[in-house]
Amino acid sequence: MTFINYASKEINCKIVYYGPGLGGKTSNLQYIYEKTSADSKGKMISLATEADRTLFFDFLPLDLGTVRGFTTRFHLYTVPGQVFYDASRKLILKGVDGVVFVADSQVERMDANIESIRNLQENLEEHGFDLKQIPYALQFNKRDLANIVPSDQMYRTLNFKREPTFEAVATQGLGVFDTLRAVAKLILKDLSRG
Amino acid sequence: MVTDLVIYKEEYDRLEDVLRRLRADSNARAIFLIDKNGQQIAASGELDQFDTTSLASLTAGNVAATDGLAKLIGEREFSVLFHEGKQDHIHISIVGKRAILLVIFDDRSSLGLVRLRVKRASGDMESIFDRMTSKASEALEDVSASRSSPFSEITDEDIDALFSE
Ligand SMILES: Nc1nc2c(ncn2[C@@H]2O[C@H](COP(=O)(O)OP(=O)(O)O)[C@@H](O)[C@H]2O)c(=O)[nH]1
Ligand SMILES: [Mg+2]
Repeated sequence: MTFINYASKEINCKIVYYGPGLGGKTSNLQYIYEKTSADSKGKMISLATEADRTLFFDFLPLDLGTVRGFTTRFHLYTVPGQVFYDASRKLILKGVDGVVFVADSQVERMDANIESIRNLQENLEEHGFDLKQIPYALQFNKRDLANIVPSDQMYRTLNFKREPTFEAVATQGLGVFDTLRAVAKLILKDLSRG
Repeated sequence: MVTDLVIYKEEYDRLEDVLRRLRADSNARAIFLIDKNGQQIAASGELDQFDTTSLASLTAGNVAATDGLAKLIGEREFSVLFHEGKQDHIHISIVGKRAILLVIFDDRSSLGLVRLRVKRASGDMESIFDRMTSKASEALEDVSASRSSPFSEITDEDIDALFSE
């Protein structure tokens, strides 16, 4: 649900990073946070457990500049990946404008990826959204590791609707901005279609 | 699909008026009107004392979590939340189903006073929201008729320029 304020000339959009636990969602936001200049970002908030696992969400507000005289602001959220935090995941999808799915490329995480996409579909539907319609990008993260599934095989298994798909190493920043840019583009295109 | 939230200058000014009055009447430090998805709609008071973006997001998270709790025990929602600190306190209430009103106050005010004034202001805000909703749906019809939205002109180049640095 994009929030357009004609008085302050702002467009606010919400992007949610979704995916199985430990896949690299928080790492994506951390990299974006590090690489964004101070005047175009707000504080990054992480509601995490002591062991650094996301408990409720991470939040990062970004100002990307202006489009047609409107300041475009993206609010990035991550969800907690652990299966038992489903109630929190649902809450965070409320009013979402676009989703990035961060898949873990490791062989042993493929089942978790598939399960998490299914969970995303269900939770979107509860909010009246449809994964087929919503701006969506897919990321194959952890490409630096040894025991990973080949990209084309992951694509066949996980790609849902020919959404833009990127290989990434979130901890080094590889593919992180490409993924963000892709979903942001889809959101703004949606907006231009009215 | 969920409709976008659109605010025009007239309603924005009126909302700010209500917030300004509420702040004066309740002796509060600051007042924030926040969309349930975590985006600030309007605010009044000592704004430079607070990280307003973080406040908005965490408040919405708080309300969402509390809503979840309410449903678990069979309530529709908890319409008021109160957090008591040593010096500063937070009063959170739902206005017109889609917005959250956050009042930050200290001992120059009191919970009773805040509660009373919030009630009155909420009614005013709800009527402004109704106006916003009907305007937005009129605008939507306009757009489909004449493509007059400023965003219908967004081009790929506009979008690329955002990511140019
Ligand atoms: N080798 C490697 N490790 C990664 C990568 N991305 C994240 N990690 C690590 O995986 C763990 C979980 O990452 P995190 O971002 O917290 O995952 P989240 O649960 O999806 O938020 C952390 O130890 C990260 O350092 C990557 O691309 N390569
Ligand atoms: Mg995390």
